[in-house]
Amino acid sequence: MMVEQKLHVTLLTGRTIEQGVGKEFGKASREYHNACSMVYMDSDDMRKMNIKNNTNVLITTPNGSVVLKAIKYPRSATPGLIYIPYGPWANAICSNATTSIGMPSFKGTPAEVEAAPDKAVLSIEELLRSEFGR
Amino acid sequence: MTTTVEPVIATETKTIQSVTCPICGCLCDDIEVTIQNNEVVKMKNGCAVCEAKFLGYRGEHRIKTPLIRKEGKLVPVTMDEAVHAAAEVLANSNYPILYGWSSTSSEAQRVGVELAEEIGGVLDNTAVVCHGPSILGVQEVGIPTATLGQIRHRADLIIYWGCDPWSAHPRHLERYTNFTEGRFEKSEWKSYMQKVKSQAGKKKLASLARSGFIKSKTPQPQSCFVGGVPPAMSKGGRKLIVIDVRKTMSGEMADYFIQVEPNKDYELIQAIRALVQDQELDVETVAGVPVEYLKEFADALVNCEFGVIFFGMGLTQTAGKFRNIEVAIQLVRDLNARTKFMIMPMRGHFNVTGANVVSAWQSGYPFGVDFSLGYPRYNPGETTCMDVLLRDELDASLVIAADPGANFPKEAVKNMVKHPLIVIDPHMNATSMLGDIVFPSAFVGIEVDGTAYRMDHVPIPLHKVVEPPAGVYSDEEILSRILEEVRIIKSQEAKKEKEAA
Repeated sequence: MMVEQKLHVTLLTGRTIEQGVGKEFGKASREYHNACSMVYMDSDDMRKMNIKNNTNVLITTPNGSVVLKAIKYPRSATPGLIYIPYGPWANAICSNATTSIGMPSFKGTPAEVEAAPDKAVLSIEELLRSEFGR
Repeated sequence: MTTTVEPVIATETKTIQSVTCPICGCLCDDIEVTIQNNEVVKMKNGCAVCEAKFLGYRGEHRIKTPLIRKEGKLVPVTMDEAVHAAAEVLANSNYPILYGWSSTSSEAQRVGVELAEEIGGVLDNTAVVCHGPSILGVQEVGIPTATLGQIRHRADLIIYWGCDPWSAHPRHLERYTNFTEGRFEKSEWKSYMQKVKSQAGKKKLASLARSGFIKSKTPQPQSCFVGGVPPAMSKGGRKLIVIDVRKTMSGEMADYFIQVEPNKDYELIQAIRALVQDQELDVETVAGVPVEYLKEFADALVNCEFGVIFFGMGLTQTAGKFRNIEVAIQLVRDLNARTKFMIMPMRGHFNVTGANVVSAWQSGYPFGVDFSLGYPRYNPGETTCMDVLLRDELDASLVIAADPGANFPKEAVKNMVKHPLIVIDPHMNATSMLGDIVFPSAFVGIEVDGTAYRMDHVPIPLHKVVEPPAGVYSDEEILSRILEEVRIIKSQEAKKEKEAA
């Protein structure tokens, strides 16, 4: 089977129960990091891209790129969709188009995924420092 | 004011019942907490998130003293120093934004409106990145809604559209909809448990088939539209329908799950409106859903006694945004000509509804209020803080009880940190890490009393169950002190100008 280099997908961001629990432990906690620095992908898409479960991927949009851990979505087939829990990792690549109503486009924007098993996922402190210099 | 609140040390164990959970818009008020030595040691009835908050609120990530950024690093300072520094920034700014307000009490929100008016700032709450579009939709067409008590006792058809209550409002089903024992509608918990057992068997067989131990006769359907309309659509009792772009845990619980293509909710709702009005559709699928399924769905809507649609970010953050809400409300209006139907947004933070209510009763507008001209102005897209940030028009910001550092798009945060940033929060969250002046605050609903509005606009009291740590004040008190200091600075400046003239 031919392995594709880049997969064009639709990016969704949203809540997960783990993100909810993690944020109550604290944004610098291990629980929050594990819950939010990951991306759910479709298992067939992962196979096509030769991405193994729990390995890192690079996700790129016109707004930026971020390295996240790819996890197979367990509940249904979601071909062409990726889902990142709300958090600074998701917001590193989210569209900020508010379409003149104040609400950025957090769901349903285009993105590209590529395997990046050798790139590291940044911690929240590293991510904030790289983006905002603090 | 320099008084210090000393924690009351109680050695005995005390159990407090009917505590309200300060997490999400459900505001579950049946939590039982056990207190020992001024700490929560045990709790009952809460969900996973509630438990994490009540048992983890004193964790290592708590801010203990006020902090000010000096030479690039946050260093501890006294409360008086931090209050004066924050007041200096706000009193001297031309166009500050005051953002957050959703995880605090309505009493603190009221002081916030006063502060925004005093300094001529933009007052905005987290609704702007949450249900702001829902408010715009409601402003267009109104909203037929009810309290959660009515829904609990009477609703026989529950629809969750673009939301996953199992993740974001974990006890919503248990307290207000399908799994609660209402006066006129019974709980569906037993039938759900039977379904789970039967599905567990099927999953085991499928797993064995995948491993090659047994031969599978029928391959597992990948789409939710394979194999005809499920018989659950015509079952008796309370029905649960979930519509989402991916099958969530709530979708697995549902009697009927409809998988809609991303960004196509608007056309799906319009197609259902046509079917509810007995019109024919001359296409085979709409938004990836076969029309035969949609017809069954429309029949279920029309034939219920009391239906309700709960909707979430799946409608407000995708293409169409507030137009999705507008047509969803119009669908409910159409349905009310045939049966009884309600619609309600699934509000996220525990008092985001209160932030809208307080802002609306004080200024006339629920979010995105601009006081820079001396009177409140509201024009979403212009006076909403996200747009002010993206245009980089601000010159200072105050963030309270929210974390835009983690939850706003990167470009907006970049502009926020260019200017002085004041943060009031119990935790060292992403915004506190980026802040210039940081105030530790007490947890509302754990360490201070207050009022919060549930997602159905019912005000619920929040209880103080333990004393806050020494030197940590409530949001209301911190804001009042900043407001008082701003007024002193402004009157001194006015006096100086008068003398110079």
